[in-house]
Amino acid sequence: MSTDIRDRLDATVEGNRRLAKLSKDAGYVWGIIRGDTLATIGVVIILGFLFLALFGPMLAPHDPGDNLRGEDGQLLRTDSPTETFSEGAYLGTTNYGEDVLSQVIVSVRVSVFVGLLAALIAVFIGANVALISAYYGGRVDDVLMRIVDIAYGLPFLPFVIVLVFIFGSNIWNIVFVIAAVLWRDSARVVRSEVLTQKQRPYVKSARAIGASDLRIMYKHIFPNVLPLVGLYAAFAVAYAIIYEASLAFLGFGDPELYSWGQMLFQAYHSGAIRFAWWWVLPPGICLMLLVMAVFFIGRSLEEITNPELRH
Amino acid sequence: MKKYVTRRILQLLVTYFAFLTLLFVVFRIAPGDPTSMYLLEGMGPEQRQATLERLGVDRPLHEQYVNYLLQLLSLDLGESFRYGTAVENVIWVRFWNTVLLMGPAFLIAYVLGIGIGAFMGWVRGSAKERFGVIMTLVARSSPEFWIGLLLLMTFSFYLGWFPSGGMRETGYEAATFWDRYLSLNFLHHMFLPLLTGVIFYMATPALLMRSSMIQVLNSDFIEIKKAEGHPEYIILYKYAARNSILPITTVVAIVVGVALGGSLVIETVFSWPGMGREMVDSVMHNDYAMAQSVFFLMGSVVIFMNFVADIVYVFLDPRVRYE
Repeated sequence: MSTDIRDRLDATVEGNRRLAKLSKDAGYVWGIIRGDTLATIGVVIILGFLFLALFGPMLAPHDPGDNLRGEDGQLLRTDSPTETFSEGAYLGTTNYGEDVLSQVIVSVRVSVFVGLLAALIAVFIGANVALISAYYGGRVDDVLMRIVDIAYGLPFLPFVIVLVFIFGSNIWNIVFVIAAVLWRDSARVVRSEVLTQKQRPYVKSARAIGASDLRIMYKHIFPNVLPLVGLYAAFAVAYAIIYEASLAFLGFGDPELYSWGQMLFQAYHSGAIRFAWWWVLPPGICLMLLVMAVFFIGRSLEEITNPELRH
Repeated sequence: MKKYVTRRILQLLVTYFAFLTLLFVVFRIAPGDPTSMYLLEGMGPEQRQATLERLGVDRPLHEQYVNYLLQLLSLDLGESFRYGTAVENVIWVRFWNTVLLMGPAFLIAYVLGIGIGAFMGWVRGSAKERFGVIMTLVARSSPEFWIGLLLLMTFSFYLGWFPSGGMRETGYEAATFWDRYLSLNFLHHMFLPLLTGVIFYMATPALLMRSSMIQVLNSDFIEIKKAEGHPEYIILYKYAARNSILPITTVVAIVVGVALGGSLVIETVFSWPGMGREMVDSVMHNDYAMAQSVFFLMGSVVIFMNFVADIVYVFLDPRVRYE
């Protein structure tokens, strides 16, 4: 009975301790972000886009695929967005009379989704490869690092295009294919960090008290390389968004979904980029803002992983 | 040193072999009927059979694999059905068009990036550095096609200063090699795509150079050099910048890889008749022989560059001695 209570008490204390540590770490990261104007701007931009990604379809004034018609029944095509403003298409319309603003808002979802999921998968693979490779060393390391070399030998965009083309351009394939190439960055960088961590005394003491390899890798080393993993996760988000947009711009995007790349693809191929700035600028600027916000935060994280930069 | 280079060459061979195998797997054992990509609609049964036999697609997989390796290594790239001729008749012109665009873009981006990065590191903490970092991050956040579209809209369609695409005036027949690539007309067409590449690829070396520079400037020997009374620009260029360049060389090969991939996008935006656009078009039109050849060439270049970068690094940094 009493041991039961003590166990539970221990568990609670351990839980509280961990929670306290977590909130301390989070507070530390937040402190650095708050102290950095750029990173704060980045956080605000990202929160804005997250909001649009969640509620976009509800906020869009029109259905993005609707061919709007004016009072005379003609397709609402325009030479300037001021003409369509009174009709409720605040940023003008496409060559099919679709509302640009609605398309931009609905498209947020694709970029955010691909960016987060592809980065998550890529960093998950990369960090694990790095831990296993560096921790075990020797032959394991050799084989894994050769695979990373091969991944670096593949020209990124061409490889992604071929795979997406073969497996079909739906959003899931795009996510998996991008992740399948992006993991190499975190694998290589985190590995070298794990190599130095492995030499630290705490690893030796953990081993001395009989901690298992898995425990040392994931409970002792991993938390110490976490900032670096976070940094590469941020980079991965940025690159995943850029590559998804590039794919869509080249015509390999998911045809069922609206995305910024797709909008620019349509604007380019209909020849509208010759004059229709109101159609070209919004998706491009949004794309740039979202990626920029991620890089702004990444820059802050870089200062955490590399304190020398803070001079 | 010799041992390291030998080891690196062996690794290169393994990597290259794996790359070729992957290429084979991707293009042949992909889901769906692997033979269907070689058959055109409207072919009769005999014609189909004949095509399959000619391509050797009806033979067992391992035999195909060996044949494929032998063919690729002898640079027999197969036949493009879209052009109705051997791939090699088309691809080499495209290859040089791409190299002549992306090569200079990459070089200029690197030189400028290193210069800007060194400057940002030098003036760290100032408003100038802040501005520089923001601009670099903005450049890095803009995908190549977006920079390209902006330049195209501004300088080509709005101001009309530059042509909107292609490599030279229509109807312009280049008589010689020099005529083809050193004419003003060519440079005029090349300017915008080149600028697009420079803006995007400059960001990585600039940011790396900045962090590397800051770390070097914090080190003791710079303090000593300052104490010795060297003028600032000597410290900047002779001591700080030179020692900061090392990490930048390690990513050269990676940026080359990114730049080759980026050629797909830049060449599409500016209708540049290079390898990248060819790749996009041939994948779109199921011209697998062509797509595979482009992929093969690009991959070969990237793998070779990775190898060169590793070797160069050891020469540049005598402290690095791998077992």
